Amino acid sequence: MEEKTSTPDSLQDLHDIRKMMNRSSRFISLSGLSGIAAGVCALAGAAIAVSRFNYYKKNNPGMIRTETVDQLTYELLIIAVVVLIAAFVSSFLFTWRRAKNQQLPLWDYTSKRLLWNLCIPLVAGGLFITGMLYYGEWRFVAPACLVFYGLALINASKYTLTDIRYLGYCEIVLGLINMFFIGYGLIFWAIGFGCLHILYGAIMWWKYERKPEVL
Amino acid sequence: MKNPINGLNKVFESRIRLGVMSILMVNEEINFNDLKQMLEVTDGNLATHLVNLEENGYIKVHKGFVGRKTNTTYQITRQGEKAFTDHISALENMIKGIK
Repeated sequence: MEEKTSTPDSLQDLHDIRKMMNRSSRFISLSGLSGIAAGVCALAGAAIAVSRFNYYKKNNPGMIRTETVDQLTYELLIIAVVVLIAAFVSSFLFTWRRAKNQQLPLWDYTSKRLLWNLCIPLVAGGLFITGMLYYGEWRFVAPACLVFYGLALINASKYTLTDIRYLGYCEIVLGLINMFFIGYGLIFWAIGFGCLHILYGAIMWWKYERKPEVL
Repeated sequence: MKNPINGLNKVFESRIRLGVMSILMVNEEINFNDLKQMLEVTDGNLATHLVNLEENGYIKVHKGFVGRKTNTTYQITRQGEKAFTDHISALENMIKGIK
């Protein structure tokens, strides 16, 4: 370690410093393909939900009988949970693969911090929405999902690739617009969690992962 | 002729010490295990370098507990920040000078 410092060395030093600063403060293995996968799951979920809706509408004109409505709500909740799990697992797989390719640990200081900061608004939102459902208030579920998710992304953007912030802005705006088009919750939900995720994922993949990565 | 080595800090000649400082510049506080994982070094090796940085007054050490396990965290000091930015400027100047 006592060798004399020359230009290539100082360049190498600066390169290392930058790499260490970057790698230690942000989780950089988040894959664009994860976004696409989550978006596809959301769209599939929305499509199934629509088909269940139509099925119930056809069999129960007017939808007055509360037990059928309860049955439908129950089914929709199950669809939502399955979509959530599928989206999480599939996006986890692509990010895991990217971390492996980059030879970076998946579960380290940066990913723990990212997850924690993502979860704060997300858990708060989840409990808030559960509360709304408890009072039988379903009209604001989709807008609330979008707004809280957008806030979670913006909060998390400090701990990963900053581009995710723009996805957060879009989700919030979409959620707020949805407030004034209450009957179209599912469409907004599909755009926000489906289309935007796919668009974001594709852009991220194009920007960072298209070419073989040099770290 | 001016000596190009001027301004370069001897303490940061070690890649591990340089790494520790880079990490502490952008993270307010970080514990031993996280440092070890990021720098991919052994316990003993890292500990020696941390003691060196502490003796130079570049980092602060907090010894705490998480349950019964010790949890030692590190923070950069004002002096350490200054030494590190000076070192980076010196590196940059050297590259500029030789170009």
